[in-house]
Amino acid sequence: MAENWQTGGFGLYVHWPFCEAKCPYCDFNSHVTRKVDHARWRRAFLSEIARVSAETGPRVLSSIFFGGGTPSLMPPDLVGDIVTAACAAWTPANDLEVTLEANPRSVEANRFEGFRDGGVNRISMGLQALNDHDLRQLGRLHSVAEAKAAFDVARSVFHRISFDLIYARQSQSEEDWRRELSEALEMAADHLSLYQLTIEPGTAFWERDRRGALPGLPDEDRAADMYEITQELCDAAGLPAYEVSNHAQPGSESRHNLIYWRYGDYVGIGPGAHGRLGSGDGRIATEAWRNPGAWLDAAEAGDGTRITNPVPRDEQATECLMMGLRLREGLLLQRLQALDPRVASARARAALQEDGLIWERDGQVGATDRGRLLLNSVVGALLPDQP
Amino acid sequence: MSTPLSRIRNFSIVAHIDHGKSTLADRLIQLTGTVAERDMKEQMLDAMDIERERGITIKANTVRIDYPAKDGHTYVLNLIDTPGHVDFGYEVSRSMQAVEGSLLVVDATQGVEAQTLANVYTAIEADHEIVPVLNKVDLPAAEPDRVREQIEDVIGIDASEACLISAKTGVGIPDVLEAIVNRLPPPPEGDPDKPLKAMLVDSKYDQYLGVICIVRIIDGTLKKGDRIRMMKTGGTYDVDDVGVYRPAMTHVKSLGAGEIGYLNASIKQVRDTRVGDTITHEKRPCETPLPGFKPSVPVVFCGLFPVDANDFEDMRDAIEKLALNDASFTYEMETSAALGFGFRCGFLGLLHLEVIRDRLEREYDIELITTAPSVIYHLFRKDGERVDLHNPADMPDMTYVSHIEEPRIKATVMVPDEYLGDVLKLCQERRGIQLDLTYVGGRAMTVYDLPLNEVVFDFYDRLKSVTKGYASFDYEMIGYREDNLVKMSILVNDEPVDALAMMVHRDRAEMRGRAMCEKLKELIPRHMFKIPIQAAIGGKVIARETLSAMRKDVTAKCYGGDATRKKKLLEKQKAGKKKMRQFGKVEIPQEAFISALKMDS
Ligand SMILES: Nc1nc2c(ncn2[C@@H]2O[C@H](COP(=O)(O)OP(=O)(O)O)[C@@H](O)[C@H]2O)c(=O)[nH]1
Ligand SMILES: C[S@@+](CC[C@H](N)C(=O)[O-])C[C@H]1O[C@@H](n2cnc3c(N)ncnc32)[C@H](O)[C@@H]1O
Ligand code: SF4
Ligand SMILES: [Mg+2]
Repeated sequence: MAENWQTGGFGLYVHWPFCEAKCPYCDFNSHVTRKVDHARWRRAFLSEIARVSAETGPRVLSSIFFGGGTPSLMPPDLVGDIVTAACAAWTPANDLEVTLEANPRSVEANRFEGFRDGGVNRISMGLQALNDHDLRQLGRLHSVAEAKAAFDVARSVFHRISFDLIYARQSQSEEDWRRELSEALEMAADHLSLYQLTIEPGTAFWERDRRGALPGLPDEDRAADMYEITQELCDAAGLPAYEVSNHAQPGSESRHNLIYWRYGDYVGIGPGAHGRLGSGDGRIATEAWRNPGAWLDAAEAGDGTRITNPVPRDEQATECLMMGLRLREGLLLQRLQALDPRVASARARAALQEDGLIWERDGQVGATDRGRLLLNSVVGALLPDQP
Repeated sequence: MSTPLSRIRNFSIVAHIDHGKSTLADRLIQLTGTVAERDMKEQMLDAMDIERERGITIKANTVRIDYPAKDGHTYVLNLIDTPGHVDFGYEVSRSMQAVEGSLLVVDATQGVEAQTLANVYTAIEADHEIVPVLNKVDLPAAEPDRVREQIEDVIGIDASEACLISAKTGVGIPDVLEAIVNRLPPPPEGDPDKPLKAMLVDSKYDQYLGVICIVRIIDGTLKKGDRIRMMKTGGTYDVDDVGVYRPAMTHVKSLGAGEIGYLNASIKQVRDTRVGDTITHEKRPCETPLPGFKPSVPVVFCGLFPVDANDFEDMRDAIEKLALNDASFTYEMETSAALGFGFRCGFLGLLHLEVIRDRLEREYDIELITTAPSVIYHLFRKDGERVDLHNPADMPDMTYVSHIEEPRIKATVMVPDEYLGDVLKLCQERRGIQLDLTYVGGRAMTVYDLPLNEVVFDFYDRLKSVTKGYASFDYEMIGYREDNLVKMSILVNDEPVDALAMMVHRDRAEMRGRAMCEKLKELIPRHMFKIPIQAAIGGKVIARETLSAMRKDVTAKCYGGDATRKKKLLEKQKAGKKKMRQFGKVEIPQEAFISALKMDS
């Protein structure tokens, strides 16, 4: 069976690398700059779209995602120009999803109508916490009141709205989280992303944690309990998890992120953006220059990508497995084994099934609720021993 | 141009570790201008990295010092630096036979310690003239009078004329040189015309020159071109070179009776030579070899396995090479269900074990898993046959066994009074039987009959920790005795792990079993399923713990940009597993095999 990358869908990711301040937990490619030359960035994005679309040829575009950094700091007309250019370069699907990540501050809320007019039809807001103490501890610039006001604006402008919370924070008890999540579910529209705080290397939190200056983080058992509370409350509220950390009313899943997890095709433009593109029987991985200035220079010179690499079939299998098992729906076993017959061997699957960590049904394989909490180990057990 | 015997002094230095033996040797070499000042470095005589790092001597070394004495004559002083550790007791006693006198170095701030005693007794047995030297008198804590008295009380030799020195500052070193000349005897009359009779003191491998033997000539003369025979091993060789250490190798025309030096005879392997062997000429051999030769026998055994199974062949090469240079180290291939292919190795003692393991890891770059050290048990079958058990995993069904004997040692511990209680408790816990307890000036000396098995593992560490490092310890083997011994198996996830099996005394089995299970529970990482850990004797479980299942191991965020990075992380995680041993469905980290056996209390 030829690798059917076309079934995963096709999306465009646009990275806007600027923020007003750097959050201490964040390891995204985000930078704080005083002045951004919007005209140069516009030219760079548009020329990248032209270049990549020439390479991909005509395809049906099912999603555009503005991520960051803080893309809600972009001028609305720049967002609109990019959407227009993308829709001209590829064929937009009838139900094209255009998502933009927004920080919940008043400055940004003022732009929401402009974004909608530019073609954005879904907004994802970084609320992160619903109490001011924890927001401060997370180094966020907004207050709960400001965030709620921004959220109300969003509700009046967009139909599809998601927001992010970070939990398993310092000194957060199971009860604290239960209360906060209940409140969030009261507010929620059709989608929620609920991430457990991860201490990422290279961040200020990492350094603090290393010095022992980040006390009160949950241990494995408490983190697992909090995850289970999350599942319980979200299920009851009609927003079940469709992925490890993502919850939606059935049908309101993020189409864009599903492309990643279904291991579909995506173009990535902007600093540090990654892409995966099918070409014939193979798959290409792209990675753009990470530094904003370097990317801008490279894009202006004709190509913002730093690395273009074919992905060997066994690595495609690893990626496909690693992404696919994150989804509640699981993935097609046959697709995996066509990429690398050694992956997910019958023996490895039998052992995991025996321990109640995976299920198999109609040729699909997926992680059980318990298995999803142990996904790194489960994936590790399904990979062949000799790489 | 042999030196007249009356101008030769052959001696060694005996001391407890850290009392200043190496420093004193450095000073003697320095003061006599044996080495140019700019070539002087510390611990001149300890050549191997391991020796320098640990401050121990493993191989005997010699140095020849020319000393113009106050009487106007120049004397040749040959110092043999012997290994100081119990593991090498036999080598020490042979080296001692090669010299006529000893400097007994005692740290004036510490006094007599267990190794002082063990070593000085070997010197006395070898009929040495002994010159007591009290070192470190530069330190304010030095109590030369008290230590002098202690030497007289405990060892029973006259210490009134002990040299008071500081090997560090050089104070008193000239007196030591004069004492060597005036108080130690010259070599006994040897006959340069009699057939050659020389003692092989030690031999070591030099990567450029091959095997170099240190020899002491008793009778006759040894020179380049001679054809020699080793009387015990039977090997014959042509002598390529003879010389002395100053401490650099220096060629001489010949070595005569009473002298100490080296010989190089294109011997391929150290294993072809035996410490204590007698060297003679092939053509005109001496009539009787030197008495008291005995090959050394290993007493402590353990399994060594490569961490990475792919290193097995490299490890085999390395072990064979090392064995060529160390006749006292034995090895045979072993397969373990838990650890795969490896070797069961025999050593003279724990230090010897550590030295060999260190060298394998360091010089050959092979990471090793070491299983618990064990001793040789004598198993008596019901049909009367005796079987030597080197590995608890090989223990037959008890129904065939009539009884088991284990090796016992006589251990001497010296310790300040205030820690005596803890030491007695420790020895009692380890099934010791007290043989003696005496006090000498604020210190207690206790002698215990102990099972070697209880000592080989962590006794010394425990002793150091309960006495804050103030105890000193020494032992000798005293033979085998029957006891109520059983094999305890460890089951992880219901499967026995052979590498963790051990022999224990029946009365201590529950306690050891519980401790092992608790330790393993800490050492084995959580898995995706829960894991029972049990200790059992035969089919009977005597201790049990359960390691609960891992609950959370998932990346919270993983989007398009993360695929590459997370994939790398997975690969790294997979590589980390190589450091673990797969046992059934369970992965056991390599350090668990040794750490699980350490007893904290
Ligand atoms: N203060 C002082 N320290 C000494 C003296 N002699 C040796 N040492 C120190 O004691 C330690 C052990 O000495 P070393 O010669 O290695 O002992 P060895 O184990 O008997 O060979 C080293 O740190 C030496 O520097 C001395 O006379 N005075
Ligand atoms: C691209 S980021 C942020 C978008 C936007 N700039 C913001 O901060 O609201 C997407 C989401 O990842 C989550 N996130 C970022 N770093 C995280 C971390 N170290 N641990 C857990 N979640 C994290 C946050 O919830 C964040 O909203
Ligand atoms: S969390 Fe969001 S706002 Fe904070 S630095 Fe990262 S991208 Fe910027
Ligand atoms: Mg020394």
